[in-house]
Amino acid sequence: MNGTLCDLRGVNKSFGDNRVLKQLNLSLPAGSVTVLMGANGAGKSTLVKILSGVHHLDAGSISLLGKDFRPSSPSEAIRAGVVTVHQNINDGVIPDLDVASNLLIDRLAEPGYGFFLKRQKNYAEAERIASQMGLSLNVRQSVAELGVADRQLIAIARAMAHDPQLLILDEPTSSLSASEAERLFLLIERLSAKGVAVLYISHRMSDIRRIADRIVSMRDGEISGVFEGESLDYEGAVNAMLGHRMTDADITIAAPGKRVLEIKDLRLLPGSAPFDLDLCENEVVAVTGLLGSGKSAFAQSLFGLGRPASGQIRIDGQDYAPASPQAAIRRGVFMSAKDRANNAVVADFDITRNITLPFLARYSNLSFVRRSDERKTADEMIGALSIVCQGNADSIGTLSGGNQQKVMLARWLAEECRLLLLDEPFQGVDIRARRDIGRKIRETATNRATLVFVSELDEALEVADRIIVMTEHSVSAEFRNENVDLNEILTAVTGAVPTDNGSAARTAHA
Amino acid sequence: MSMNLDQTDPSGSTTPGARKPQPASSGLIDIAIRYGFLALLVGLVIFFSVFANGFAGPRSAVFIFQSVAITGILALGVTCTLVVGGFDLSIGSVATSSMMLAAYMMVVLEQPAFVAIIACLAMGAFIGLINGLLIVKTKVPDLLATLGMMFLLVGLQRIPTEGRSIAMGMTLPDGSTAEGTFSPLFLQLGRHRFDFMLENLLPAPVIFLVVIGFLVWVFLELTRHGRLMYAIGSNERAASLTGTNVNQYKIMAYVISGVLASIGGMLLAARLGRGDIASGTNLLLDAVAASLIGFAVLGAAKPNAFGTSMGALFVGILLQGLTMMNAPYYTQDFIKGLVLVIALVFTFSLSARKAGGH
Repeated sequence: MNGTLCDLRGVNKSFGDNRVLKQLNLSLPAGSVTVLMGANGAGKSTLVKILSGVHHLDAGSISLLGKDFRPSSPSEAIRAGVVTVHQNINDGVIPDLDVASNLLIDRLAEPGYGFFLKRQKNYAEAERIASQMGLSLNVRQSVAELGVADRQLIAIARAMAHDPQLLILDEPTSSLSASEAERLFLLIERLSAKGVAVLYISHRMSDIRRIADRIVSMRDGEISGVFEGESLDYEGAVNAMLGHRMTDADITIAAPGKRVLEIKDLRLLPGSAPFDLDLCENEVVAVTGLLGSGKSAFAQSLFGLGRPASGQIRIDGQDYAPASPQAAIRRGVFMSAKDRANNAVVADFDITRNITLPFLARYSNLSFVRRSDERKTADEMIGALSIVCQGNADSIGTLSGGNQQKVMLARWLAEECRLLLLDEPFQGVDIRARRDIGRKIRETATNRATLVFVSELDEALEVADRIIVMTEHSVSAEFRNENVDLNEILTAVTGAVPTDNGSAARTAHA
Repeated sequence: MSMNLDQTDPSGSTTPGARKPQPASSGLIDIAIRYGFLALLVGLVIFFSVFANGFAGPRSAVFIFQSVAITGILALGVTCTLVVGGFDLSIGSVATSSMMLAAYMMVVLEQPAFVAIIACLAMGAFIGLINGLLIVKTKVPDLLATLGMMFLLVGLQRIPTEGRSIAMGMTLPDGSTAEGTFSPLFLQLGRHRFDFMLENLLPAPVIFLVVIGFLVWVFLELTRHGRLMYAIGSNERAASLTGTNVNQYKIMAYVISGVLASIGGMLLAARLGRGDIASGTNLLLDAVAASLIGFAVLGAAKPNAFGTSMGALFVGILLQGLTMMNAPYYTQDFIKGLVLVIALVFTFSLSARKAGGH
């Protein structure tokens, strides 16, 4: 029963110049749950999309039950028995249709279904699927009326209805409560006992401890560790996922200047633990933590994109509670947002216009933009950040990811500020640009306080004076970046000491 | 959280910037993209001058200018809403409502021209404001909000006169006769012709078009407000995260559109000398066509004031030329549609190739 069900050999996949999967080898045995771990950008999602027929591999081979497996579309993958529940719930359900149609939607798409809807038969079939899953839902109800957890369960139930050989679950518990998650785990156990191979992607240690037979860690498009056996080495798996190549960046910690940011008893969520934080001029502090640890919520509350549940924030001794990014910018708090393609890059603009966007007023007389002034600033920033381009009028789309990121950074470095927030400034950036950006952040750090939000420990070590670890929407540890013990940070990042009742509690919220 | 930064497509961060090596023929494509449309415009003029009797004369020029002016002014308004990534379907009915209001104010309520003009402008701004608020505050999609407004106005403008056109000396619903008149000065706005090279060549509305076109161009291209509006149209979230008041600019775009449409309506009233319930049916589609054709001018591939004016001119020349070649009226819409489709293919496929996309 423990034969290999699915085998990937030498799988390569690139998007443009970016090699996302590099000679990846992985086998998934039947009847066991393989947990896949990996940081942002490690290539997990790409791997899932290749298995589910969304992307095609560039080189390498996949075999399923001994036969060559090369799905050209998601529906082909499903027919072959590879069923995927994607992370984004809204990809999984169609809100305007009723529950029954959602459960049976891929049946309707099959060529053999016929022209007319068979309503009564559908409802009966849907009820059968729902009861199998232990779902107590009215199948005639519209999905739009349901909550996130129910939607997630519907997406999963539909996947189950296909009698999968290989079931891929991408962060399936991210919106489930503890009891709902437990229902899912029981189901996974039942399936795996029937010989189904399960590939389970998650960052949650409580999930992993509960369900994993094996753990596979991914890093930079490669498998960086496989852990199996009686007692699983969770610590080792996290190490392999985050990587601990010590970086050669040597940090000389500057003497902190005047205090800029002062946080007291801040609760990001009503239920989360309060924390304090002080930040001074000249300081660069990295905030790190796993997905869902509250990093983003913290960054966004500092930039006026959301309000913390309670607590006090002061900047330069003055109370600070921005209601919008405008208000934050007026107080001298700038943020370079993560995910630049969606949140930062104005694709229709050239380099100059992208850089001067937030502070156009300073380049304008009576609202008329002084072109030469803004071009001068752009040229200065291009030089200062060594942005590789033909000139300041290049369209932003012609630049590589690293250079686009530098332009986004230039946007906020062009003006003096009190507190600079950089959310994932190294996202989708190659190693050289990453070094450049890190160096520039440190060089310019005088006379302001800097907070860098990163999920990769390497990046934190390269750029920061201090490293702050967040778990469960609160600060759980703080390290001075001087002969730090890496294992200590890792322990802090992964949610610390595994207490017995702690894991159940962790599932309850998050 | 009031704004979610996490709508990441997992492969999004790895999407490469388009930076394929440019093909050797890119110079030629470049020229085609930049000047192709203007060349087409010139070619069209030459073609009609040769084949359509009387096309190359002052009378037909006046006619073209006359028809281009009002369409063009409306199209400039649509352009502003396109810039912020929106769309205004209500302009046609704002224009006809403004025409009816101007006539009603002067003929029925016996107000001076000045009051009528202020009332029309205020109505245009108010409708734009409502459109903007519907879209920004109540989150009604732009097409639906302005479509709803269109129907609302089409009905509303007919209520005061119980569906009849407004002319001097008309019989009112209560049986009495309207005593008011169109002020001669007001009529001059639509009818006066200025001397330009030839006597009586330029109708007054053309002057309005040129001035408004220039102002909109200056606003969109040279001021920071225009720049921020383009930023909103390209990436709304990025614009808002750099501290731009996205809602305010969106509302402003619809207000501009409403005001320009009301000006167009007044010029129509002045030209016709009555509030004609049946006129202005083509205004919306012609204006939209003009601003979309404008994408192709000078390879802009985005809404822009100069392109829109050229687009309006193009539509005007085309229709006048076809009329003078005795093409049946029912072929004109067909040809207009054909030109629009070709212009859009031109814009989007060629500029996509230039950017090295798919």
